Amino acid sequence: MEELLTVGEIQEVAHRLRRRTLDMIWHAQAGHPGGSFSLAEILACLYFRVLRIDPARPDWPDRDRFILSKGHAAPIYYVTLAERGFFPPEVLKTYDELDSILQGHPDMHTPGVDMSSGSLGQGLSPGIGMALGARLRGKKFRVYVLLGDGEIQEGQVWEAAMAAAAYRLDNLTAIVDWNKIQLSDFIAKAMPMDPVPEKWRAFGWEVRECDGHDVASILGGLEELQRVQGRPGVLLAHTVKGKGVSFMENVPAWHAKPPNEQEYRQARAELAVRR
Amino acid sequence: MPDPMAMREAFGQSLVRLGKRIPDLVVLDADVAPSTRAVLFAQAFPERFFQVGIAEQNMIGMAAGLSTLGFIPFTSTFACFVKRDLDQIRIVVAQPRNNVKITGHYSGLLAGKTGKTHLSIQDLAIMRSMPNMTVIAPADGVEVEKAMEALVAVHGPAYLRLGRDPSPVIFDAAYRFEIGRAVQLRDGGDVALISTGIQTPRTLEAADLLKSQGISALVLHVPTLKPLDVDAVIAAAERTGLVVTAEEHSILGGLGGAVAEALSEHRPTPLARVGIRDVYAESAPNDALLHKYGVTARHVAEAARSHLTKWRR
Repeated sequence: MEELLTVGEIQEVAHRLRRRTLDMIWHAQAGHPGGSFSLAEILACLYFRVLRIDPARPDWPDRDRFILSKGHAAPIYYVTLAERGFFPPEVLKTYDELDSILQGHPDMHTPGVDMSSGSLGQGLSPGIGMALGARLRGKKFRVYVLLGDGEIQEGQVWEAAMAAAAYRLDNLTAIVDWNKIQLSDFIAKAMPMDPVPEKWRAFGWEVRECDGHDVASILGGLEELQRVQGRPGVLLAHTVKGKGVSFMENVPAWHAKPPNEQEYRQARAELAVRR
Repeated sequence: MPDPMAMREAFGQSLVRLGKRIPDLVVLDADVAPSTRAVLFAQAFPERFFQVGIAEQNMIGMAAGLSTLGFIPFTSTFACFVKRDLDQIRIVVAQPRNNVKITGHYSGLLAGKTGKTHLSIQDLAIMRSMPNMTVIAPADGVEVEKAMEALVAVHGPAYLRLGRDPSPVIFDAAYRFEIGRAVQLRDGGDVALISTGIQTPRTLEAADLLKSQGISALVLHVPTLKPLDVDAVIAAAERTGLVVTAEEHSILGGLGGAVAEALSEHRPTPLARVGIRDVYAESAPNDALLHKYGVTARHVAEAARSHLTKWRR
């Protein structure tokens, strides 16, 4: 970034990401609103403060890497990439259409997307490969992997968690969008994962928790984890699925449902008044 | 014929030779390096060798991540366990065309005394069904070496099928391997024997048996299952009018499947498939398995003879 955004400005970006994501899902009549809205502040912090990236050079070898392991949050990911200048905002209208560069789930052929994802549980492993590659190449970039809290039910996540600690990858940061809901139900009912922090700690990770809708809290957690040496760090971000839209918040049914016209208007109105 | 050589020895030695020349070559192993001989690379280049433990899914993902930085990762596990990673291969290797070279060791029946869990007889069919994937089954140690040379020279996902035990060497140092090119090893006019992988030495034996019975068999070796050398398959069919495929693999979806698809579209030709007939195998010594599951040289020769009888006489 040419100029560092303030905490308040990053919060503004997050509100804008939610509005544009709603528009995009409404336009495409497809996409995952619940798990997109829970990510707005996290993605705003990453793309408008934390990540060392250059939208003009998406393949810049020294850039920080980002993997959206919970690939179903593609709508807000694409909105973020467009907002940051990786491709023009008009492209968002092609989401899920034939021949679009925007697949329903992230694809490496899209500018700014560092790894394909969409089948859950897979993103942390390529993140380890990138972090090891940085070490082999003597590069200073960091790798960030964003996971869903339901996603960490996948066994591969724990294979990867074990390996990242074994390789002492302090250039790798995982973020868990801890919104407590998965596709079918509340996680506590579908397949309880508690105690989440203790699990990561037991696997050798440095753990921080934050309010995933509070910009200062997210930035503070990430900064602390960046200073940890000799092991990977995970930020457990307490979030609300469907955040910002009253009738979507904490309702499992809004995992992958586009709104109808009345719902769209109400959601748009609620998101518009947010400062 | 030179002494038999295990493909895995050729694999380990080739990794070391290529590793000397290519600083970006890295190897990831899921706790089988002593068996696959990837251990030779681990000893030569410890900083470029990653022991991932018994975690094949994580291994494929790590390899994909390394490949995005320009590394050329080879992954090492048994062919039967490559099937644990199919979704990872699909999502982070095949779809984005990442430059990961997946090796499946102890393939086919010649991993005797391990049982049906460890005998991999579907890997060619499964890997062949993946878009963007190159699929190679070398016939011997020499071809393993040549195939690996060729694989590191091209960018893109690939699956390399390898065997465990010493097997006959049919190629010499002058052999020229090319991805996507089949090799005619014998000319003949009565029937075309098309084979792949470690089945090819047995197919050459079958051609000898047929010759002693007055039958002239063309032998086409197809090391690259995908992309298939369709022209060579059609040419063999046109030359003989009768085709027999032979593979140490299921008759469904592997070489037999690929040849059937190509011929039925381009040059319909009576076809017989020798291979494992849609069953799982079992624990037994190699020779007993080859015999029971019908892939010895004698089985190939017999299939060719009855194919001739059925269609010519």
